[in-house]
Parts: sequence; C-alpha cells; structure tokens
Amino acid sequence: MSYVLPFEACRSDDVGRVGGKCASLGSLLEAGLPVPPGFAVTTNAFAEMLAAGGLGDRILGQLVVLDPDDLDELDACSERVRALIEAAPVPPAVESAIREAYSALCASIGVPELPVAVRSSATAEDLPGASFAGQQDTFLWVLGADAVLAHVRRCWSSLYTARAISYRHVSGFDHERVLMSVAVQKMVRARAAGVAMTLNPINGDRSKIVIDSSFGLGETVVGGLVTPDNFVVDKVMLEVVKRTISTKHVELVVDDGEQRTIERPIERERQQEPSLTLEEVKAVARLAKLAEQHYGSPQDVEWALDTDGDNKALLLQSRPETVWSQAASATRPATYETGLASVLSTLMNPLAAKKKAN
Amino acid sequence: VATETKRFASPYEDHAPPGAEGWEALYPYFLLFREDRREEEEAKFWFCDAQHWPTVFKPFDTVHVEFACKCLGQYNARHLKVPPANGVDYRIHRGYCYMHPLAVDPAEIPDRVPIFLERAAYYFENWDSLLANWHRKIRALIADLEALEFEPLPDAVPLEWIKEGVGLDPTFDLLANYNRAIELCYKAYQYHFEFLNLGYVAYLDFFGFCKESFPDIPDLAIARMVQGIEVDLFRPDDELKRLAKLAVELDVSAALNEGSADEVLAAVAKLPNGEKWLAEWKGAQDPWFNYSSGNGFYSTDKVWLDYLDIPLGYVRGYIGQVERGIDIDRPLEAVAAERDRITAEYRALLPTDEARAAFAEKLALARTVFPYVENHNFYIEHWTMAVFWRKMRKLGQVLADAGFWPEADDMFYLRREEVSVALFDYANGWGVGAEPGGPYYWPAEVARRRKIIHALESKRPIPAMNEPPEVVTEPFTIMLWGITTERIQQWLHGAAQSTTLTGMAASPGEVEGVARVVYGAGDLDELQDGEILVTQVTAPSWAPVFTKIRAAVTDIGGAMSHAAIVCREYGLPAVTGTGSATAQIATGQRIRVDGTNGVVTLL
Repeated sequence: MSYVLPFEACRSDDVGRVGGKCASLGSLLEAGLPVPPGFAVTTNAFAEMLAAGGLGDRILGQLVVLDPDDLDELDACSERVRALIEAAPVPPAVESAIREAYSALCASIGVPELPVAVRSSATAEDLPGASFAGQQDTFLWVLGADAVLAHVRRCWSSLYTARAISYRHVSGFDHERVLMSVAVQKMVRARAAGVAMTLNPINGDRSKIVIDSSFGLGETVVGGLVTPDNFVVDKVMLEVVKRTISTKHVELVVDDGEQRTIERPIERERQQEPSLTLEEVKAVARLAKLAEQHYGSPQDVEWALDTDGDNKALLLQSRPETVWSQAASATRPATYETGLASVLSTLMNPLAAKKKAN
Repeated sequence: VATETKRFASPYEDHAPPGAEGWEALYPYFLLFREDRREEEEAKFWFCDAQHWPTVFKPFDTVHVEFACKCLGQYNARHLKVPPANGVDYRIHRGYCYMHPLAVDPAEIPDRVPIFLERAAYYFENWDSLLANWHRKIRALIADLEALEFEPLPDAVPLEWIKEGVGLDPTFDLLANYNRAIELCYKAYQYHFEFLNLGYVAYLDFFGFCKESFPDIPDLAIARMVQGIEVDLFRPDDELKRLAKLAVELDVSAALNEGSADEVLAAVAKLPNGEKWLAEWKGAQDPWFNYSSGNGFYSTDKVWLDYLDIPLGYVRGYIGQVERGIDIDRPLEAVAAERDRITAEYRALLPTDEARAAFAEKLALARTVFPYVENHNFYIEHWTMAVFWRKMRKLGQVLADAGFWPEADDMFYLRREEVSVALFDYANGWGVGAEPGGPYYWPAEVARRRKIIHALESKRPIPAMNEPPEVVTEPFTIMLWGITTERIQQWLHGAAQSTTLTGMAASPGEVEGVARVVYGAGDLDELQDGEILVTQVTAPSWAPVFTKIRAAVTDIGGAMSHAAIVCREYGLPAVTGTGSATAQIATGQRIRVDGTNGVVTLL
C-alpha cells in the first residue's frame, strides 16, 4: 500500500492508483520522452485520508441527503464537504510519505526546496468520453513540504466542487468510486508553452500536428487568457505549413523575488513576436508525434520549453484526442478514382481550380 | 464591397524603351502583337514566361521558343487529343515571351475523350519500351547533328570530286547542312514532348490525390516520394565531384588551383599521376560536359565543354571542400531511406484499404514517368542543344572569316531564314567568283540590331497582359508554369510596394541574409559566399553555385521546376514564382527567405 509513487514507477494500467495524468506521465517516461520529474500521491493516500477519523462517511452523509437540482443547497453542501477535508488531519503515514517523496525530488535536482506544480489526477479524468473539464485544480509554484501537503489537500477537496458533484450526479458516477490522486511535479520555468494536437482539429486531417503557443506558462493558453500563436505542422515532414502569429497581451511567469507565478502584461514590442522559432515548433511537433506513436492514437498534449534546460521542449501531459478519433476525417473523399479515369479527371479539374471553387 | 476590375496593361499600351525602335522586324511576323489582330489579341490573357525565357531574344534564338511551343502544342492538340487542352499560343513582345494556353471548346471535349484514353493508355502501358526507343532516337539524332560539318569553302572543288563525277560543289552540303541542323533541332523538340505532357499529368494525378488526402501537404513531400535516386540530370555535377576527389587522391589538386584551364591542364600533365587524372577528366566530358550554364535555349548559354574554365572552377570548389574534410557525395542511401520513410508514413495515415490501394497505384505511375520529367532536360536542353549551338557557332565563324560580321556569335542577330539567305550570298559570291554582298550589308546591320537588343534589355517585362480569367482552370498553365488564380491576384495587387513577396514554397527552411540579384549566368561570378541568390529563374546547371549561397528566390517557377528540384537537392530554402523579386529586391539588401511558407521579407 504505497502512498506515493515516482512518475517513473507509474504504469499506464495504474490509472486506478495514480489517476490518468500520472499514469500517462509514467508511461511517457517509460517511452523515453522528456517529462519533468515528480511523483504521484496515490489514491491509497486519499483512501487512507477518507478512512481516518471517518472522514469519508461524514462526506457521504452530506451527499446522500443532497438534492443536486437545488443549486443553493449544492453550493452549501460543497462548501461543507470541502471544509471537512481541509480541516481533517492528514494521517501521519501519508504525511511522512509525501514529505519523504518531496525531499527525494529536491535532492534529485540538487536544491533544498524545489518549486513544484501540484495538480489533481483523478481516476475518471482523461479517459475518452469522460471529460471532467475544469473540475480539478492546478497549483503552481508550490514551495516547501508544508505547502505541498496543504495543496495536496486542496486538490483532494477539489473533487467536491459544486460543479464536480453535479457532474457526477448527472453522469451517474458513484461519488465514492471516484478517487483522487495528486501529481507533484517539478515546476517548469517556461519561456513558451501551450498545447498540441496530433491531428488538425479543424478537419480531422491526421497528417498534421497543430500547436497553440504563447509566452510563459501554458495556463494562459489552456485557460484562454491569450489568443495563442498557431502552427500547423506536417506530421511526416515535420515542416511548418501554416503559421499564424497573434498579439499576445499577458504571460504567466515565475517571479523569483516573490516566489510565485505572476500574470504580467507582455511588452508591446514582444506581443507580436512568434513565441516559438521554427526549430522549436519542430521540436514540439516531434514530441507530440512521439507521444502519438507511443499511444498508437491521436493525442492532445501539453508542453513547455524549459529555460532551466536550454529551452528544451518538455511534455507535461498527453491525453487521447476524443473528437475526431471517433469520427471519419472530413478530408476523406467518398471514393477514389484510379487509372486513366483519374488521370483524365485530373486534367478536367485541376486541383488549383477545385480549391478555388470550394 | 465594390470590387474594382483589375487588369494588366494591354501589349498595345506597353511600349518598348527608347532606342529599341524597329525591334518588331527582328522577330517573325506571326509572333508579334500586330495592329491588324488587335481586337483578338486584347481579348486574350497573356502571361510572361520568364521561367523558360528570362532574357531578350536575339533574332536567331527564337528558333527554340518556336519549336518548343509548337511541339508542346502538337502533343496536346494532335497526338493525344488531350480533352480539355490544346497547345499554348505565344507571342514575342519587346523581346520577351508571352503565353496564352488554349482551352478546348467544351462541346468538342466528349469526342476527344476516347481518342485520348486509347493513346494515353498505350503510352502508360508501354512506357519502358517506348522510352528505350526514345533514348535510341535521341542518341541517333545527336550523332547526326555531330556529323554535320561547317567548313570554309576551298579555292577549287576537290580533284577527287571531279574524277568521281560528283557534279556538285561544297556549297551544296554547306546549305544542306544548315537546313539539316535546323531540321534536327526541330526533331529534337518533337521528341522532347513525346513523354513530357503525359509524364506531368501522371505526376499531377498523384499530386492531387496527396493534396486532397492531406490538405497542405508540402509540395516537397510529394516530390520526395516520387523523385528518382539515380538521376541523369545530376550526373554532370556528380562527375565534377568525382574528379575533385580523384584530384586529391592523385595529388594533382595543387596544380589545378590557379590559372586558366589550358595552363592548369598542361601543368597537371607534367605530374606523376597527371595523365591518369587527365584521362578521367577527358572521359567525363562525353557526354556529361555537354552541359549548359544556362537553360540551353539561348545562343549566349555557355556549355562546359566549350568553356572548360566553368567546370574547372566548380572542381576547384569541390577540391576545397574535400580538403576541409567535407563529404561532397550526394547521400544516395540516406535519400532512398528517407523516401521510403516518407512514403510509408503517409500511406499509414490514409483511412482505408481502398485509399491505400489508390495511393500505391498512383505513386507507381508517378515513379514510372518522373525519371523522364527530370532526365529529358539533360538529353535535349543540355546535350542536344550544346551540339546544336556549337555547330551554329562554327557556321557563324565561317561567315565571320568571310567578312560577314566581326564575331561568330554575331550570326545570332539574324533570323534563321536570314542565315539561309546570307549563306547563299556567301555561296553565290564564291560560285560566281565575285564578292558576296554580306560584308557590305551585315556589319552595320548587326551593329544596329545589337543596339536594339541592348535597349530592349533595359526594361523588364510586365508579368501579364490584359484581363486575367476569373479562375485559372487550364491544366498546363497550372502544371508547367505554376500560375494559379491566387498567383495572378498577387501580381495584380502585390506590386504595390509591400515588404513581403509570396511565391511557391519550393524548398523548406528559413534564413536571413544579403541579396544578390543575378540576371543571367554571366553575373554568377559576382556571387559572394553566404549571399542569397535572387534571379528570374535558377537553371539546374547552376548547381555548383548552390554550395555558395544560403537561399534562392526566383520570379517565376513552380515547385516542380527543375530549379526547385536542384534547390531541394542542395537543402537550400527557396521561394519560386514570386513574380517580381528581381524588380523589388536590390543587391545588398537584407532579406528573409522562408522556403517553408513561400514568403520573402525585405528587412
């Protein structure tokens, strides 16, 4: 019954124990892909937390009497449950496991206190067809073992936001069967970051990798705070075939003085600079392609360029793409002409003319 | 939004520069925009073909555009009955060449379809044996051309001819050989298009399939899947690399380093291994030095065999690289492996077995036809035309020696039918024992014409004329010239002083550097290491200069132009078909070339 598990020990079939996110990171590491180091606080730790002092039963007590259609009551119930979790002591065995894992992570980097990102890694999250978008929390720039513990607890409590409770009710997930693991991961000092899809979400074309990118940490891209730069890359040639540079107003960056991440305006002259060089675009595309090859299906990845590592591209997570993977590509013609009939039709309808007609 | 109807200038409003008055008489009447055809001519859209004909024609040199366009047309219109397309009509205006592709009346298309299918099918099914036959024909043609002699007339008819009862004089063969040379040139252009139109169509069929299955697939990816590994067009350059490595190996490289070709070859001969290297140098010349530093269409194009300093200069460059430890060989195995990888990956991305079967079939046909598309250029434009121009220059020298004009090349200021007349003038004077009229007439006339050509060269051609079609659908316009609706709109709207030029993404990569605007092969020696070549069109035979430059930008040319092929071979970013790069960019200007997206930015 381990309460923590380093990412490299997480396996893709460990979702029940470490959640989708950590299982995926472990699987990417196993495939040799660059992922920032860290560890999972397992569902065992959360189960132990719920068991200790009857916390789980007290939560259930609140939920069984809830009428989820009563929105005021839903909010109040969520508040009560989260207060219960944040007030309950973490069992000593779990606490010491987390402290040890954190100090081992710090030691592996060679610093006394490593800034980390603490993210929830739910067992039902990240699975095709079960998107809990927006439900869980991410805490950036968490420094020191006490702070890590406090934020692990906040991740646990995020399982009981009003929205999450309501969602589970509507979708018929049992509250007690959805367990929470937490990812504790070295904080990336991102020069640029964003997301990438290994198909073109516009038309389902599998021969493209589409990258959204902006300066600083990727949360501005994921959270829609900026209009990111957009790059369309040919998956086979790893060549940029389309590039749209946007005006990017804000970036989320590490403030060393205040020891936290801050959102700050981007200087005017940098707003319309590309956030990635062509080489960097290719490096990100290469990573996304490797993730797709590893999983054998189209992926939706988060990535960052790490200034601690010469702006090397790192994968922060990889999830299966869920829309086009289950549908036929829009670019697929109904039938294929072959032989001379096709040659003739090429003459009669030159491609450039067809494109115009569309 | 009200849209302004945009059109290009009419040829009747686009006047020749001062000093070029009377230029019309230098070219055939049927190739001029004449007042008596004005109404018809102004109703047609014409675009400048600077891709093949970048510079002003001397009168004789129109022989190539005439034969090439006529023979391109005949294969569409008469041999294959290509259903939607006849040939490409053409004009010469201010010394530059303008094209007007001719679509077929839609009512006639159905009747042409079965004829086309039967004939095209026969070629595709028997491609290899017909192509083997083509190679025999073209080699026989070159041998015939080589055998033609142009010698000064002797004082008397040889005694043997008298005794044998020949009953003819040497002027008879002289006139016949000239006519024969023109006939063989005409024949070479007939052969040139025997496979080319079908080859392009088959390639385009695969190209279109890829573009539909993978929108925005780079043109380069498609070319990489189709391109051959061993290509005759690259052999001349490969031979130079081989000679460079051999020179280092045999320790003759130092002797090759400085001096004219004559001087260094004499110096090499004195070295212990010198004869061995010279034997290889000689051996490579036939046929691989029949390679033009231009595109083979102009009398001014310099052929390696006639200007040994050109290949020698390239060999020196390669020797320098070999001595610095650089591997100069084309990585054939890596190219082949990359071709297989790219092909397999795209194939795997296709959604169904049906799609993969169609892909495989089209790729196989494209690979069958593509070697001709690449290689014909060596056999016709380089080898055949090298021999043709050498023979014509020999004739020019015979008449120069007879006082018709100062230099052999002055003959090219005459139209080809005027050469027949001058030649008879020479024969006539010799025959009757009188002075020919040429020496009195031609020197001043040649000087006058030279001034006109020079004046014409001072003004660049406009990219197109009259009102463009709303949508370009004519397949050969798109296929051979890369001219699309979008491109025409760029010409119309982009001419306003913008800081970016767009064109074809011909070879990927992005670099910044200093531009060098080059108007012809003669300016190439001005190129400095690390500059960006900006030119109307890059000829494949400029290959060795691609080791000096960082990128290439051209006015006209598609992603399938021979120029684009060589750029990709050398891994240089290239943007082709910008329309006006040579007009908008100045030598010394800093520019950014984005060959991946087809954008040139003036910095």
